[in-house]
Amino acid sequence: MHEMGIMAGVLDSVCAAAKDAGATKVTSVSLSIGRMTEAIEDVLVFAWEALSEGTMCEGATLQVTMVEPRSRCLECGHEFEHDRFHRTCPACDNPLTELIAGREMQLDSIEVDLPDDEGETAAGAGE
Amino acid sequence: MEIDLKQPILKKNDTLAERNRALFAEKKVFVLNILASPGSGKTSTILATIEALRDEFNIAVIEGDIASSVDSERIKAQGIPAVQINTGGACHLESDMIRRAVEVLDLDDLDLVLLENVGNLVCPTDFDLGENAKVMILSVPEGDDKPLKYPGVFQVAQAVILNKVDTMPVFNFNREAFDAEVNQLNPAAPIFPIAATTGEGVEAWATWLRDQILAIQ
Repeated sequence: MHEMGIMAGVLDSVCAAAKDAGATKVTSVSLSIGRMTEAIEDVLVFAWEALSEGTMCEGATLQVTMVEPRSRCLECGHEFEHDRFHRTCPACDNPLTELIAGREMQLDSIEVDLPDDEGETAAGAGE
Repeated sequence: MEIDLKQPILKKNDTLAERNRALFAEKKVFVLNILASPGSGKTSTILATIEALRDEFNIAVIEGDIASSVDSERIKAQGIPAVQINTGGACHLESDMIRRAVEVLDLDDLDLVLLENVGNLVCPTDFDLGENAKVMILSVPEGDDKPLKYPGVFQVAQAVILNKVDTMPVFNFNREAFDAEVNQLNPAAPIFPIAATTGEGVEAWATWLRDQILAIQ
């Protein structure tokens, strides 16, 4: 539902970063999304395809890394992976734990084409 | 060429939320972000909360809806300042909307701002607004299985209100199962059973909120 808004923000950031680098085209975008957020991978990809059309990002692959939730026990300090529902410490059974991973929404990196890339290839081929 | 960015996707929202948070801290205003479904009784709960705390604190309300100003009019009718935000279709509030809304409020004169988010159990959970706390309201007719279906909203809340408990006899709502599900997802969050329209249980909720407000003053 809100994936459109999320990806509109990604598109803005990606286009700005690509232009800063002098790129002509974006070929790939990598995101990390925690499983404890409400963002759904398939919907993010759909939103990306719809929004990037007609921009320098059109056709760029969206790579989404889903981050598994991890918590730390506030009693014994044990760190453990878990699903969305069960966060009780498996070591000491204490229910009070702190989430240390799983709510990420990060733009990791992008792959871009620079005008120089083509020039270099052409020059290399000519030698 | 690869460009390393490592930046939050909601960077713009998060930055503005931090700015809101600093402003609220400076003005010593407690801001409560209220998350719930449409029809769960958000506005009635706000009215009951106002009734319980208006003698002690100066209160204002920010109403977030896709359209209309019916909610803010209900609040204003009680003599409480209210700002209506119409998101025009967006399913959640974002921090720049809050920044613009608080500009028309006199924060120097306020102790508590109640922020009614758009009725939705999914999208608002991912957007920080700069609030001091989130509270989640579920109403009895929605069913006791909602924590299983919408875990995110129960996990981000500092307290859970169970509204419309006066309708418990006519709905097949399993209170024990509900409490167990909420405790599993968020063991630190207290659950306040209330009936906003009759005032049942509101005192316990208001006591919790009062403590939170006093703690930042």
